[in-house]
Amino acid sequence: MRPVESFGGFVIWIYRRSVSASEETGRILLLLWSALRQLFVLPFEFGNTFRQMTEVGIRSLPVVTVTAVFTGMVFALQTYTGFKRFGAESLVGTVVALSMTRELGPVLTGLIVAGRAGAAMAAELGTMRVTEQIDALETLATNPVKYLVLPRFIAGLLMLPALSIVADIIGITGGYFITVGMFDTSSVVYWKQTWNYLETADIYSGLVKSCFFGGAISLISCYRGFYTSGGAEGVGRATTGAVVLSSMTILISDYFLSSWLF
Amino acid sequence: MIELTEVHKSFGSNHVLKGAGFRVEKGESRVVIGGSGSGKSVILKHIIGIMRPDSGKVMVSGIDITVLKEQELYEVRKKFGMLFQMAALFDSMSVWENVGFALRRNRGLRPRDVMEIAIEKLKMVGLVNVEKMMPSELSGGMKKRVGLARAIAHEPEILLYDEPTTGLDPITADAINNLIVDLRERLRVTSVAITHDMQSAYKIADRISMLYQGRIIATGTPEEIRNSDDAFVRQFVSGSSEGPIKTEGADSEGID
Repeated sequence: MRPVESFGGFVIWIYRRSVSASEETGRILLLLWSALRQLFVLPFEFGNTFRQMTEVGIRSLPVVTVTAVFTGMVFALQTYTGFKRFGAESLVGTVVALSMTRELGPVLTGLIVAGRAGAAMAAELGTMRVTEQIDALETLATNPVKYLVLPRFIAGLLMLPALSIVADIIGITGGYFITVGMFDTSSVVYWKQTWNYLETADIYSGLVKSCFFGGAISLISCYRGFYTSGGAEGVGRATTGAVVLSSMTILISDYFLSSWLF
Repeated sequence: MIELTEVHKSFGSNHVLKGAGFRVEKGESRVVIGGSGSGKSVILKHIIGIMRPDSGKVMVSGIDITVLKEQELYEVRKKFGMLFQMAALFDSMSVWENVGFALRRNRGLRPRDVMEIAIEKLKMVGLVNVEKMMPSELSGGMKKRVGLARAIAHEPEILLYDEPTTGLDPITADAINNLIVDLRERLRVTSVAITHDMQSAYKIADRISMLYQGRIIATGTPEEIRNSDDAFVRQFVSGSSEGPIKTEGADSEGID
């Protein structure tokens, strides 16, 4: 293949990818619009929403806890080693707290929930689609977007900030164990440095991010599951696609949200 | 009661329904026969409004459902009950929750009352002591019966059957056929079934319509269809691969 041809092919490939990405974004936003239109239509989906909140929130707690504590610990370990070189060990608490609340708490929680709850949503809805359970809902005069998508969207929107707060607290505590336990820094210094430099805006911006991530994960996963086709293979594709697209959305939007919020 | 007029439906370049139309009278049991991929399921989904036609009309009880808004369509759907090919039971719910789903959601009945009705409907389809089981614990035939109980639970005026005997052994298939006939007589409902199982069609139909290449090519009583002179109908009901209907290169592959 000549270079010009291959460059032309590359341009066409980029063009097609961009068109299909725009189409998919449009369809995801349409699904969001259909879900929001059902928000105040009776009957309210309290039971369903509560079940999904348990699924997204409570069931993700163990893995979020383990991830946060070890992230806090390794962060303290690395920061201490680096900061010691110029005598700034006392600032370890500050760095851990700022990183956890502004960045690592929301992003890591988002990635975990995308892998756990997002995959489960896509697989469940995908299976329901290919086994005609979603059609069955329609025939029983039940709007599937209201019954399936809306509760999952609300659960993602509310539970990710909650998990993120837990991750912040546990991550900071993990950093404490290492800084105070291993490096003999004073406990008072660690907490003082943490609180002195932590501002409400740090926590608030982290929560705004996690709200966005939670809504995006649920919506993308529901979208991929809801429009699954092609049997078991299709369900597999939908699940993988949901996790990949959610994770990419988290990582890319994190940059733009950070530059907007800070 | 149900009337389809010149219904066209395409999926991409695949023109599945090409002017399909028929009329089902109140209380009638109509069976639509046709080969795999002929668009039978698509017809059923148009009748209940899950799919909208590209052009043409679908009238249900005098209302053109193709022009209804979403919420109005859900109201019309309360008249329907549908049995799916693989039963389509909600696998996260027990049998009684499946059967009582519409009662609980649309009529707001209490769980105890819903369970009572579910047990009664399950009895009507010949099932006892299964109400607390999960769908994964049931055999194929039992799932169909539960699907049928769910379809009749809210006392619909119209019942739709998507391949009611597919995937069942001949004896269970006959039992399901008997059940359909029995329910029709007891509940006096209008029904539309799609199938390629001719034994089932002869047993449950008042009239049979044959769908071929997106159009209804013949309609008649089971006796008329059995003795039809039409070469296409004759080949289909006799189950022969020899004749005008080609088995290869179906023009609507993948859409049943």
